[in-house]
Amino acid sequence: MKLLQQAYDWLDERLDFKDLAAPLAKKTVPMHGRSYWYFLGGITLFLFMLQVCTGILLLLYYRPSAGEAFESVQYIMTRVQFGWLVRSIHSWAANLMIFTAFAHMFSVLFLKAYRKPRELTWVTGMLLLFLAMGFGFSGYLLPWNTLAFFATKVGTDIAGQVPVVGKWIMIFLRGGEEVTGATLTRFFGFHVAVLPGITTVLIAGHIFLVQRFGMSVPPEVEERWKAAPAEAREMKFFPSFFLRELMAWYIALAVLGALAALLPWELGTKADPFAPAPLGIKPEWYFLFMFQTLKLIPAKVWLVDGELLGILVFGAAGGLWVLLPFFDGAARGRGRRMILGAGIFALAFILVMTVYGYVAK
Amino acid sequence: MPTNDTSRVKPERRRLVEILLGGGLIASVISFVYPILRYLVPPPVADLGGDEVVACKKGDLKPNSSKIFRFGNRPALLLLTAEGEYRALSATCTHLSCTVQYRNDLHQIWCACHNGLYDMNGRNVAGPPPRPLEVFQVNLRGDDVVVRRKQGA
Repeated sequence: MKLLQQAYDWLDERLDFKDLAAPLAKKTVPMHGRSYWYFLGGITLFLFMLQVCTGILLLLYYRPSAGEAFESVQYIMTRVQFGWLVRSIHSWAANLMIFTAFAHMFSVLFLKAYRKPRELTWVTGMLLLFLAMGFGFSGYLLPWNTLAFFATKVGTDIAGQVPVVGKWIMIFLRGGEEVTGATLTRFFGFHVAVLPGITTVLIAGHIFLVQRFGMSVPPEVEERWKAAPAEAREMKFFPSFFLRELMAWYIALAVLGALAALLPWELGTKADPFAPAPLGIKPEWYFLFMFQTLKLIPAKVWLVDGELLGILVFGAAGGLWVLLPFFDGAARGRGRRMILGAGIFALAFILVMTVYGYVAK
Repeated sequence: MPTNDTSRVKPERRRLVEILLGGGLIASVISFVYPILRYLVPPPVADLGGDEVVACKKGDLKPNSSKIFRFGNRPALLLLTAEGEYRALSATCTHLSCTVQYRNDLHQIWCACHNGLYDMNGRNVAGPPPRPLEVFQVNLRGDDVVVRRKQGA
């Protein structure tokens, strides 16, 4: 204990912890009826950290080649002690993370936390959401099972239909004309090196911006507080909010542990590039709404290819979504109502299409 | 004056809370770390071939020559002396686990990594090896040269 104290003092003398922690000590979180939405970003971050840890563990046994990938995951799940648990947690946490990231995005949208000066926080957050989906898409292929193989074929084929650069993107993603072992090697590289690198930098930026601006108060609450300043409530971030956040992480971990233990993630059958596609090839649920929409668009809309039209619309919508906060300023009230309407429409559209995608054959 | 001054809470009640919280925290940390530690230990590799293996066919080796064969998961050395006697030894150098080879010019077993030398019976005679090589039993069964681990070794 004395040694610990000495080590602490030695570091403190040089780093001055009190000064370092000063911004943290000053940081407060506004308390109002919707404060619980503030937890979602933290939970997403927690799940990401969990993904890094379990991902590193999986790397100890995983082999990224068409000949060995499936067998190595099978080995992890059947021979390695607690391997089934580690892989199940990795798969479940990935899905939960994308879910909480989406929920975080919509909560920010509906609480209007994107408004000035937090536009860049929104932009980095949207980029992180796209990266999370990239993680999902690339990680899905790694066990090299039938479902993932064909989902990747379809997914990269859709990317190939983008005008002008599509073909190039497809070949870049696949590492050739077809989905082969070369695709697996690439996706592995994206999944464990490229995406984590970019994501870590963006998360650092995102969190820095959140610290810089502090937590946003919804405009309705802000007005109420302005009228009656005595009503304004806030909580110290450290330790009060931080401990609550930790409890939220614990609950997330409990949900995750229960899911991973009770519903271990399936492996399926090994991919055979020369076998016909089985019935019911579907992407992961977070791509399902796009997949289902593309299926519904007729083959030809006027003179344009239906699939192409869908891709262009989704691409444009995604791009506009990133820039959403910038429509808030112009014509004050109208812009904000428009964003709210777009948010409600998008949420309804995603929900309906996802459910439809599950029910439809 | 603030009324919820924590320093006025009776120490023994705070101790109880500390024990409960700390104990819970330690218990959950153990429950996270234990599976990870178990996960890190690789499962045992099945011992291929067991205790007995057919190293080669009679007549495959010329006198004063050798071959490396697979014995379980490790390489082993089978050599036929100039006098026509089979000998089998572990091919893993006792120094730093390189694979040794038979030098028919020296009539000795040689490790190229650090110039270790063993005689034909596996005794370490020169260089860094600290111990002799493990010697296996060789039997001729029909046309097969069968190598097996010595009983009790």
